[in-house]
Amino acid sequence: MTENLSDSLALDATDRCIINTLQTGLPICERPYAAAAEQLGITEEGLLSRLSGLRDQGFISRLGPMFHAEKLGGGLTLAAMQVPDDAYEKVSTQVNAYTEVAHNYRRNHIFNMWFVLATETPEEIENVLVSIAEETGYPVFNMPKQEEFFVGLKLEI
Amino acid sequence: MDDLSDPERALVAVLQRGLPLVSHPYKEIGTRVGLTERQVIDCLSRWQADGMIRRLGVVVRHHELGYQANAMVVWDVPDEQVREVGRRLGEQQVVTLCYRRPRRLPDWPYNLFCMIHGQDRELVLQHLQSLIARCGLEDIIHEVLFSCRRFKQQGARCIEADRNDPLQVAKSLAIPGQA
Repeated sequence: MTENLSDSLALDATDRCIINTLQTGLPICERPYAAAAEQLGITEEGLLSRLSGLRDQGFISRLGPMFHAEKLGGGLTLAAMQVPDDAYEKVSTQVNAYTEVAHNYRRNHIFNMWFVLATETPEEIENVLVSIAEETGYPVFNMPKQEEFFVGLKLEI
Repeated sequence: MDDLSDPERALVAVLQRGLPLVSHPYKEIGTRVGLTERQVIDCLSRWQADGMIRRLGVVVRHHELGYQANAMVVWDVPDEQVREVGRRLGEQQVVTLCYRRPRRLPDWPYNLFCMIHGQDRELVLQHLQSLIARCGLEDIIHEVLFSCRRFKQQGARCIEADRNDPLQVAKSLAIPGQA
């Protein structure tokens, strides 16, 4: 592995700088890309074309706001299940079929299925969890956030 | 959400799909929902100030950018220490998320969760060891859960307008425990 991980990727110094700077924030003004471009020392046109390239190559998924789910009025939680290996495929298909399931990761633990649920209202969380437990036949452990110490959500590229 | 007007609700739904790459993105977004550029800018500024928008910017794809390993590190911290330990963990640069969650005894004794991303597992474990030393967490029991496989990654969404358009909606919520 190289010292700088993006050396192995098709990213140059400007791309990295764009990603690192714009992860922190895009200005809220009439021409946000022009303002950001000035800060980066490139043109607005140049920034737009690089962003479009980074998106097309799959390095960034989107540009826009990250909402605070609870303040938006929605429900959000992390849930975990213990699923035997021979049932894993079937259960993951069942769980992923719920539109409320946003992320589902297999992890190396007896609790091996971890997924995030996002619902329109907080009350729906419980209903979905009950429904998943009934459909799959395995208990679902609800582990909602009780306190938040840090949400940096930023990776240095 | 109940406090939002109809155009504001529509604005949230449109914003969840991302900003267009044009010179005046807020103006273009506004025309889709019946708001002026100024109204969109005012809304966004207000939402950012009151925390409804955590941040507005680029959402990266970790895996594609070379962060192949992600570890959820879970800790069993005595309740009276959890806030202090959470704060200390949250200050560490390698930690991208840190939350207190309920124990589910007897199956699950851990009450503090944090995420560490890295190029590979070995590096993530190195980060973890130095973090333990720096924060003085040698006596706190922990486990490291690496992700083996990503089964589903789509944007979480709360707004009904997006229900019929799942492919268009990307990550627009700050997701706890996300990889």
